[in-house]
Amino acid sequence: MALTRAQVENIAHLARLELEAAEIPQFQQNLSRIVDFIGELERADTAGVAPMAHPLPGLAQRLRPDEVTERDEHELYQRNAPQVASGLYLVPKVIE
Amino acid sequence: MSAWETVIGLEIHAQLATRSKIFSGAATAYGAAPNTQACLVDLGYPGVLPVLNAEAVRMAVRFGLAIGARIARHSVFARKNYFYPDLPKGYQISQYELPIVAGGAIDIVLEDGSAKRIGVTRAHLEEDAGKSLHEGLGSLTGIDLNRAGTPLIEIVSEPEMRSAKEAVAYMKKVHTLVRYLEICDGNMQEGSFRCDANVSVRPAGAEKFGTRAEIKNINSFRYVEKAIQYEVARQIELIESGGKVVQETRLYDPDKGETRSMRSKEEANDYRYFPDPDLLPLELDEAYIESVRAALPELPDAKAERFVAQYGLSAYDAGVLTASRDLADYYEAVARAVPEQPKLAANWVMGELAAALNKDGLEIGSGKLPAERLAGLLARIADQTISGKIAKEVFEAMWASGQSADAIIEAKGLKQITDTGAIERAIEEVMAKNPAQLSDYRAGKDKLFGFFVGQVMKATQGKANPAQLNELLKKKLPG
Repeated sequence: MALTRAQVENIAHLARLELEAAEIPQFQQNLSRIVDFIGELERADTAGVAPMAHPLPGLAQRLRPDEVTERDEHELYQRNAPQVASGLYLVPKVIE
Repeated sequence: MSAWETVIGLEIHAQLATRSKIFSGAATAYGAAPNTQACLVDLGYPGVLPVLNAEAVRMAVRFGLAIGARIARHSVFARKNYFYPDLPKGYQISQYELPIVAGGAIDIVLEDGSAKRIGVTRAHLEEDAGKSLHEGLGSLTGIDLNRAGTPLIEIVSEPEMRSAKEAVAYMKKVHTLVRYLEICDGNMQEGSFRCDANVSVRPAGAEKFGTRAEIKNINSFRYVEKAIQYEVARQIELIESGGKVVQETRLYDPDKGETRSMRSKEEANDYRYFPDPDLLPLELDEAYIESVRAALPELPDAKAERFVAQYGLSAYDAGVLTASRDLADYYEAVARAVPEQPKLAANWVMGELAAALNKDGLEIGSGKLPAERLAGLLARIADQTISGKIAKEVFEAMWASGQSADAIIEAKGLKQITDTGAIERAIEEVMAKNPAQLSDYRAGKDKLFGFFVGQVMKATQGKANPAQLNELLKKKLPG
């Protein structure tokens, strides 16, 4: 199955990736091959196989007790932020 | 307006009152300095793994059991993908196909006293996002991720509400319930309890729903009512003038009293949900669910029914007194201390006490007037030491001074006069001082009876027992 140019553009937009116009045909090809592989998987006989949300059968989510175990380390964590003020991360203006 | 029917469904977000976050050990306390409660997991640093908070799970199960829902033995966490600066991972961990709670219902009482059952489609666990601050930062936005990862349950109703008032009644009932269950503090100013309203209109009698608009993030009961009313009027006007409602997200602006479009249709989100590979399915067994059920408190509806049966209250009064657990507990403490007078206790708790709390902006749980204190006052009404009217004066003094009713009655000499002889003497004095009114009364001016009641009350500083006074006046006035 070949992806259209518009589909690739939409996927790029959802992933917030900026593609050059010249790159699009290449991604059309590459992504189409991935979709084709999914198509191959779909031909596998899965009748009688229950859908699974995880590849680890028999394991369930572990729970942790409701305890505060983390300390304030914001100065350390913010060292790689491009811009910070009064403890806030600063980003280009977002208007809803 | 009657040609149109309104259809409303609500999605309520309630922050769960855990100490730590849903997937990390960072604190959830409100009001901390920015980003001091955001750890590596909340910040979405590479290589970290979320681990689910047992208490958040227990709280969601508590809610599900309280509304008679099915608790999923097997539920799955999913990633909801979208980009926004207050969502560092680029996805919100939520539940999609297999939520922890499905089905159930909330019973509401409408203004005319009739009841209506609103179905709950599902309630799922998810994490809250951070906060964006736009004020005072010029061309920049500040991001505080303290709230990121705070546990939420999103409670999704069926589209079964037919007016803004029904939506408010439903929201209030859920609010009452989560506080009874002690799973959410219900603080709407702080955003602990907020809702999105899906609103559409259709011609009365039509089967098909109209196109809906979703009003996001409403954080007060009053705004829910106003936002829905505005939106309904907007949609009807739009359709009647030949337009079409578009499916979109809108914001309510409380200053302007209107809703406005938030995102254009082209931006319509494709969330691309898929099971979160970092989290295994959540499995709950029967024994666990039963242990949570066994620990449920008496719920508001059951409590109100019991108040009607046990204390002889009206359904309305019982509803008011069970609106919060603190209020209900306070009422019961008073009613138990004055066992012969449950109705008197109800009137005082809903009347004088509620008014005084309201005036001072206090909550019932503030401890300003402990239940035993109020009961002490009501006991003096019950044993006729003071009249109901004097009791209001004593109440004010109690409220201001924190003293007991007995101390105030004693200090101010407010004890009711129940001595027949003393009341008779007061009546005779008043009759002697007002010969003209007395002869008018005897000539048939019955209305003057009230004048004599007033004069004797004045002469006794309001302390004459009202029933006895009436009785004696009826005997003495005709001569």
